[in-house]
Amino acid sequence: MAKDSPRVIPFSPTPASDDLPAIRLCDLRFKRRGAGLLNGLTLDLPSTGITAVLGPNGAGKSLLLRVVAGLVDPDSGKVVLPRAMQGRVGLVFQRPTLLRRTVRGNLLHALKLARVPRKLRAQRLDELLALGNLGSLADRPARRLSGGEQQRLAITRALAANPLLLMLDEPTAHLDPHATHAIEAIITRVAAQGTKVILVTHDTGQVQRLARDVAFLHQGLAHELTSKAQFLNAPQSGPARAYLKGKLLL
Amino acid sequence: MTRIWLVCLGMALSPPVLADTPVVLVQSTTSTQNSGLYAHLLPIASDALGLDIRVVAVGTGQALRNAERCDGDMLIVHARTAEEEFVAAGFGVARYNLMYNDFVLIGPANDPAEVATTTSIEEALVRIAMTGAPFASRGDDSGTHQKELGLWDGIADVAAASGGWYRETGSGMGATLNIAVGMGAYSLTDRATWLSFENQGSHVILSEGDAALFNQYGVIPVDPTHCPNVNADGAAAFTQWLLTDGQDVIAGFTRDGEQLFFPNAD
Amino acid sequence: MPTLTDSFLTAVGLVLSADADLIEIVGLSLRVSLTAVVLAALIGLPLGAALAVFRFRGRSALVVLVNALMGLPPVVVGLVVYLAFSASGPFGVFGLLYTPTAMIIAQTVLVFPIIAALTRATLSDLLQEYDETLRILGANRVDVIATLLWDGRFTLATALLAGLGRALAEVGAVMLVGGNIDHVTRVMTTAIALETSRGALPLALGLGLVLLLLTLVLNAVVLGLRARLEEHAHG
Repeated sequence: MAKDSPRVIPFSPTPASDDLPAIRLCDLRFKRRGAGLLNGLTLDLPSTGITAVLGPNGAGKSLLLRVVAGLVDPDSGKVVLPRAMQGRVGLVFQRPTLLRRTVRGNLLHALKLARVPRKLRAQRLDELLALGNLGSLADRPARRLSGGEQQRLAITRALAANPLLLMLDEPTAHLDPHATHAIEAIITRVAAQGTKVILVTHDTGQVQRLARDVAFLHQGLAHELTSKAQFLNAPQSGPARAYLKGKLLL
Repeated sequence: MTRIWLVCLGMALSPPVLADTPVVLVQSTTSTQNSGLYAHLLPIASDALGLDIRVVAVGTGQALRNAERCDGDMLIVHARTAEEEFVAAGFGVARYNLMYNDFVLIGPANDPAEVATTTSIEEALVRIAMTGAPFASRGDDSGTHQKELGLWDGIADVAAASGGWYRETGSGMGATLNIAVGMGAYSLTDRATWLSFENQGSHVILSEGDAALFNQYGVIPVDPTHCPNVNADGAAAFTQWLLTDGQDVIAGFTRDGEQLFFPNAD
Repeated sequence: MPTLTDSFLTAVGLVLSADADLIEIVGLSLRVSLTAVVLAALIGLPLGAALAVFRFRGRSALVVLVNALMGLPPVVVGLVVYLAFSASGPFGVFGLLYTPTAMIIAQTVLVFPIIAALTRATLSDLLQEYDETLRILGANRVDVIATLLWDGRFTLATALLAGLGRALAEVGAVMLVGGNIDHVTRVMTTAIALETSRGALPLALGLGLVLLLLTLVLNAVVLGLRARLEEHAHG
């Protein structure tokens, strides 16, 4: 089933406008219980802008984010981040785990873990609360927030360490349009400040609204990396065409 | 929060009493405590001697072993042979007669072995062994237990009967009496403990007054050459007091008008 | 045999009369057991957290050992502490035998495995949930332990209560190392044992009811406090 030869996609649709080299994913392989989840995934991602990662369930999207974040070691292959990006990676899970604390407590703890000096934390906290539009919720227990508010807090918390790469795993799945809009606003602002965003999503509307380019994953392999327009209008690979027609579910 | 804990900690670890009152620790048999003798006697002795006298009440066997390990300044126990061995081994300074009372055989009022009509403890125990009526023994190497084993000697092989009619509780006097009352068994106890025992149920004294039931209490200061840590002066002072002024105090201790211990210092 | 009514009336009488001896005994029980629980928590919480968080050789064996120690009979702990602090024992020079300090030490030994084992179980569950999130936020192992202890604090309060329950209820250890000395080392349970051995069963059971009342109040206070704080901080 899985093709074992690495597929290299050499071309970069949006040439880096700055000095940062690409995010290189080299021949990543990962197997669990005999099933290949990453099967030689190779990809050069641009280091700026918002890249959407699409693909059917089980394509390896979430696992890829964990590997890039260093939470999971691949069986083989490696991830090369631009030097400046190393150690400055944020990741928000599809179902984020919020600490059993208030909104403020969650953010302060993230600042502490990011080794932000104690003196600076109050100011950073205010910035984060403003960025996430969480000011009025600051003293609410985090786990009593609505789904959209929780997701906003999780993203804001990931920003505490000033990441240069922020990865989001389906941040607006199951959210209503209003909450989705609020999250997308934050993502847009973060990207505008120069943070690279990798966004796993199933929502082509969201791709249209946010992304600059699109990577398509299927069966643990990268099948294409193209600009948003190209991908949505004329996908290159067979699986991507099937996926967009709603025919590729697994 | 942390401060409260620290305060608690300080409180708990600080010495429990004022250090300037010397402590005398007595390893004692239980009957003297359970009967209330110490509650009567210790305040008077403490006042007279300026000592903080503390009593750890365990069986005589355990008291002797604790003292041998130097965990006590003196002993008040009732197992003469074991006491003399303790002194001979160099653990105690000397052994003095302190007071006496007597053992009694107690049992259910309906008296299934019909021991009430006997005239000696020997005869009473023979009847119990013959009828196989239950008998509750301390089984804990206490003074009472040693006494009881001595009485059975030549009458019945209680070791062989153990688990049958002869039941070793392996417990203190009070626990053994509670068990005896609960299972309708006979038992040997000292009179002071029995008279102050509040859970007598339908049990009564069925055999008493035999010379063989004599119960002698002794007092032994622990030898400071064996145990350099002991308060030898305090032990000597309290021992001396018990053998002189204390004798009247012991005689003056009664329960329901009945004298429980009879002083007999030499 | 005493009726429960007798004992209940005795207990009510004891509480209402505010008997000085009773107050002293209850006070010592609380002082000894609460101090032991605090000390056991200082050992058990970090130990349990370390067992939950660190991966090292012999870890599972240690977990089994700590869990097994939970079932240690108090009288065995008492015996070990007695032998250690006896004048002839290795720590005899401190002269702690038959003092409240010896009782605290014995109960600390008795209680810390409970706290450690329950802490490990609680924090292992919490770690499953928190591990990746904390790692991506830059936490090292010490940060993880601190975070788990803080966020698990309401559940851990129950572990401390379990420890306190065991400490207040046990008689074997404090009897051996405290000696049940009147006005010095007599606590609720040894007083109950003494009254039982004197055949004063209604009084013994009355004291038992007072102990039960005390435990009820302590539990109600802690659990009530927990509920209120948890409502505020969220669990």
